[in-house]
Amino acid sequence: MSTVSALSLEVEGGIAVLTFDLPEESVNKFSPAVIEEFTGYLTLLEQDPAIRAAVLLSGKPGTFIAGADIDQFLAFQRAEDAAQASAFGHAMMRRIETGRVPIVVAVEGACLGGGLEFALAAAYRLAADTPKTVFALPEIKLGLIPGAGGTQRLPRRIGVQAALDMILTGKNVRAKKAKQLGLVDEVVHPSLLREVAIRRAHALADGTIPRVRETRRKTAMSRALDDTAAGRMLVLRQARQLAMKKSGGNYPAIPAAIDAVRAAFRGSETEGYTAEAELFGHLAMSPVCKELMFLFYATTALKKDAGVPEGTVATRVERLAVVGTGFMGAGIAAVSAQQGLSVRFKDTALDRVAAGLASVREVLREGLTRKHITRREYDDRVGLVSGTMSYTGFGRIPLVIEAVFEDVGVKHTVVRELEQVLPADAVLATNTSTIPIARIAEASARPERVVGMHFFSPVHKMPLLEVVVTPQTAPEVTATAVEFGRRIGKTVIVVNDAPGFYVNRILAPYIAEAGRLLDEGVRVEAIDRAMRAFGFPVGPFTLIDEVGLDIAGKSGAIMAAAFGDRIRSSEALERVVGAGRLGRKGGKGFYAYDEKGKRSGVDPAVYALYPGGSRKAELTPHAIQQRLVLAMVNEAVRCLEDGVLRSARDGDIGAVFGIGFPPFRGGPFRFIDATGAGEIVWRLEALATTHGGPYLPSDFLKRHAIASRTFYPPTGKPV
Amino acid sequence: MRMHEPGHRVAIIDGVRTPFAKAGTLLKPLGVIELGKLAVSELIHRADLDPASVDLLTFGTVIPSVLAPNPAREIALMPLLPKGVQAWTVSRACASANQAITDAVDQILLGHATVAIAGGAESLSNVPILHSRGFSDALVAASRAKTPMQRVQTLATIRPKDLIPVTPAIAEPTTGETMGQSAEKMAKLNGIAREAQDALALASHQGAAAGTADGRLTAEIVPIFPERGTRTPITADNGIRADTTAAQLAKLSPVFDRTYGTVTAGNASPLTDGGAAVLLMREDVAKAAGLTPKAYIRSYAYAALDPGEQLLQAPVLAAPLALRRAGLTLDQMDLVEMHEAFAAQVLSNLQGFESQAWAERAGESAPLGAVDRSKLNVMGGSIAIGHPFGATGARVTTTLVNELARRGGQFGLMTVCAAGGLGFAMVVERA
Repeated sequence: MSTVSALSLEVEGGIAVLTFDLPEESVNKFSPAVIEEFTGYLTLLEQDPAIRAAVLLSGKPGTFIAGADIDQFLAFQRAEDAAQASAFGHAMMRRIETGRVPIVVAVEGACLGGGLEFALAAAYRLAADTPKTVFALPEIKLGLIPGAGGTQRLPRRIGVQAALDMILTGKNVRAKKAKQLGLVDEVVHPSLLREVAIRRAHALADGTIPRVRETRRKTAMSRALDDTAAGRMLVLRQARQLAMKKSGGNYPAIPAAIDAVRAAFRGSETEGYTAEAELFGHLAMSPVCKELMFLFYATTALKKDAGVPEGTVATRVERLAVVGTGFMGAGIAAVSAQQGLSVRFKDTALDRVAAGLASVREVLREGLTRKHITRREYDDRVGLVSGTMSYTGFGRIPLVIEAVFEDVGVKHTVVRELEQVLPADAVLATNTSTIPIARIAEASARPERVVGMHFFSPVHKMPLLEVVVTPQTAPEVTATAVEFGRRIGKTVIVVNDAPGFYVNRILAPYIAEAGRLLDEGVRVEAIDRAMRAFGFPVGPFTLIDEVGLDIAGKSGAIMAAAFGDRIRSSEALERVVGAGRLGRKGGKGFYAYDEKGKRSGVDPAVYALYPGGSRKAELTPHAIQQRLVLAMVNEAVRCLEDGVLRSARDGDIGAVFGIGFPPFRGGPFRFIDATGAGEIVWRLEALATTHGGPYLPSDFLKRHAIASRTFYPPTGKPV
Repeated sequence: MRMHEPGHRVAIIDGVRTPFAKAGTLLKPLGVIELGKLAVSELIHRADLDPASVDLLTFGTVIPSVLAPNPAREIALMPLLPKGVQAWTVSRACASANQAITDAVDQILLGHATVAIAGGAESLSNVPILHSRGFSDALVAASRAKTPMQRVQTLATIRPKDLIPVTPAIAEPTTGETMGQSAEKMAKLNGIAREAQDALALASHQGAAAGTADGRLTAEIVPIFPERGTRTPITADNGIRADTTAAQLAKLSPVFDRTYGTVTAGNASPLTDGGAAVLLMREDVAKAAGLTPKAYIRSYAYAALDPGEQLLQAPVLAAPLALRRAGLTLDQMDLVEMHEAFAAQVLSNLQGFESQAWAERAGESAPLGAVDRSKLNVMGGSIAIGHPFGATGARVTTTLVNELARRGGQFGLMTVCAAGGLGFAMVVERA
């Protein structure tokens, strides 16, 4: 037997009760050692004639089994190694499925990945009726597919349609929904879980519950689509089309998952499992999987790093104030209320407060519409945001976030007013995208309590928060801002104060060069299309239209002033901004919009504003991509060099979560590592001969290239 | 008495109310619980109170809800407050919020609590409509029927008249007299002229209009941001008529006695929706928490008389008792706030203050004396502002302590008359 001792066994009246409780870990997960131990126990059960059936429970509150320990994936050298690991899993699942002793899984808490595959192989699935009890196959999020039979057993259990939905999205399915799908046999109150599991184990042993049975409820639709070969073909074909369209073909796990599911209904069972193992092995070696795994490790590492010296104590924020009830302020208030925090929500005019509260309600209502929250919870959340025109209720607030108009004078006035009413130890956070925090802190009598919190719009959807610190910001202030950001569900990077901070700074040359391409006569849609194909969620001009041309123009001017010829001016961009085209909010920008805000293609009027008139230039998508991405990547390296960034990891996370830098490329620094720093320098220098400024590689990058260094270790855990 | 010991006195820290709106108008979508939550939430914010320090919340309401029989608890379950806050609902007709406040005072004086929120709310837009006895009986019987046939048979016993819904009336169960009829009777018994009533109503509107215009009244109000409709923020009471005149009031017809009556819609308080709450703390605890008391509660008293006599005259018995308990006299009062159910009632109460006979009934050798009208209801009263039954006591308390502080006065007296022949009086002292 292995040395892990994750399992313990009790036998009660012929029923073996196995408890899975991995020592020194917060969750249960499968590693080769754990699988070996499991296999040993399976043999033990098989060989003991007194044991008639078994029950598997988790000893961890809140999780059943979180899936495979992904550290083991890093050790794979070749696709065959990964396929072998998958086959190893198949063998264990097969023993569970067909062994003499039927197994009941009693699930309380998250049952993910390999945990769910285990459950699918078991003879009976019992779920506790708790909010934390969820089922999912999240492998797709790591660029993988389930490798222990999930793509085979799940569609057979719940039908192709529902299975594809789970496998392609990795989404959580709650206990009650799992019962509806036929994924679990029964949902019980948590206090009855063990008792009912043992009773069901007896029934399986007695044969009163057959080991093989259908659990899916059949409707006419599911009979047609899930239970006929033609129906399944139709579902698979449509899923492939939709998924390719959504992913732009950049995620090989998506077609692989569909292929694996298809294999479940073709040929023998063994062939299906073999197909799954091969696809899994292939994906495990793919660059996409490598980058998505990197992001997983990077975000996990970031969660443990508040950007302050160890031992710094953050103030726990239960109540906060938001000053400025515009769109950003409302977004911050809404996400805070979603976490049960009380928000004093202040502006100078009642109608502004009313408009802000209306946007808060709009965000909160999404939860109600999607039935994530009840009417009562909605009312509670709305009630947590308390609108006011006065500075009352600020006397005991540990954190205030000002989100007033982007104007230094206005911000200074608000800082001074706030310091009259706030407790001396309150954190004064300023939400700005363009004004240096140190500049805002000039008005403060307590600059060490001032910190920047750069949220992205719309706040409730954008996952990133940049916490911006000045040399004066006290570490506990930073820690409080970071901990609050995490509390409201944001991925938080800590950056040093400099124009544009990090995210907007690397965006500036990217946008400016997109503008230069217009000057050269490249079509708007060609640029947007090329960048989408590279993997950005939207192209640069769609982005500008969404942000607003006025804001983009203002921000561009500030960045140009700060970084000189690295941010080149674009005549076309200036003319379009100057023509008063505001973007989506104004009904026209680079694209035209109808009254309902629906976009209808590039507005031909924009081409009339090109400096070269309607002269067209053709550039390959690859050339467009290189121009824009290299400008961004080069600036990202400068941010690391300047100390704006604390690490390449923060730079990669910031670009992926803040801008939508293609996740399957890992981020700017991962992109350099994957391409090779030497190659990047060579390409930059080639572009610099024609385009100068933005493409001049920094000395830092050149030294990096000469020394053949990488930003991340080439093997093992990336961070 | 402990009530007067420095450090152990009960301090009023602050008070907040919703706008008061005529029933069926602006606040119609909000029930008692929502109105209460709005007032309590704003009170906690304004006072910079640590919600974890709250020991109890007690609220008054008059028209009960069948669905939430203890609205105080529902209010206390707002996410801003910890779940361990004690909460109960009280009912003493129009003095319900006063009952909530004095319950809280008692708990603090007993040493059972140090921080309490007390108030009241009423939604006369959301009065429960009841089924007739015949209809209810048939429904209950039908629900117990064992066969579909039996169910049909029981439902068949319903007669057309059973379908007429029953609305609760504001009538005395003992006498069957409505409030208005009682006020009418008091006007006649005490010889209160129509002109005097209208003049008092006019003063109420003018005082309230002035308090609204200069922001003294609106400062006590939490703005409400409606979720539906026009979404225009509601920041003031909607019953106050700044432009009303004696002539306009004189034109209104008497409602309860069309021939010889004097009580009109103009000199009576309207049916109103609203909520109000005050924060009470033991003096030393407030000071330790860095909160500044506005006033201390010096004494209070309740009294009662036969509802068949003069239903709304009991303040005349309660006020001398409260003053005696405070060790003070009426002329030491810098302000007097008298709840205005009807102008006829206010004038009858004032007359009673000056009456030897009422003084003797109250166990006093001499009458309290005349109230200086320049100190009475200086920002109007319930006739203009409105009267959500459960909330009025907390509204009056808040206005009294705020105005006392503003004027630099020392003592204030408030009285509230209530159905059932009940009366209330309280003396506060500026901090």
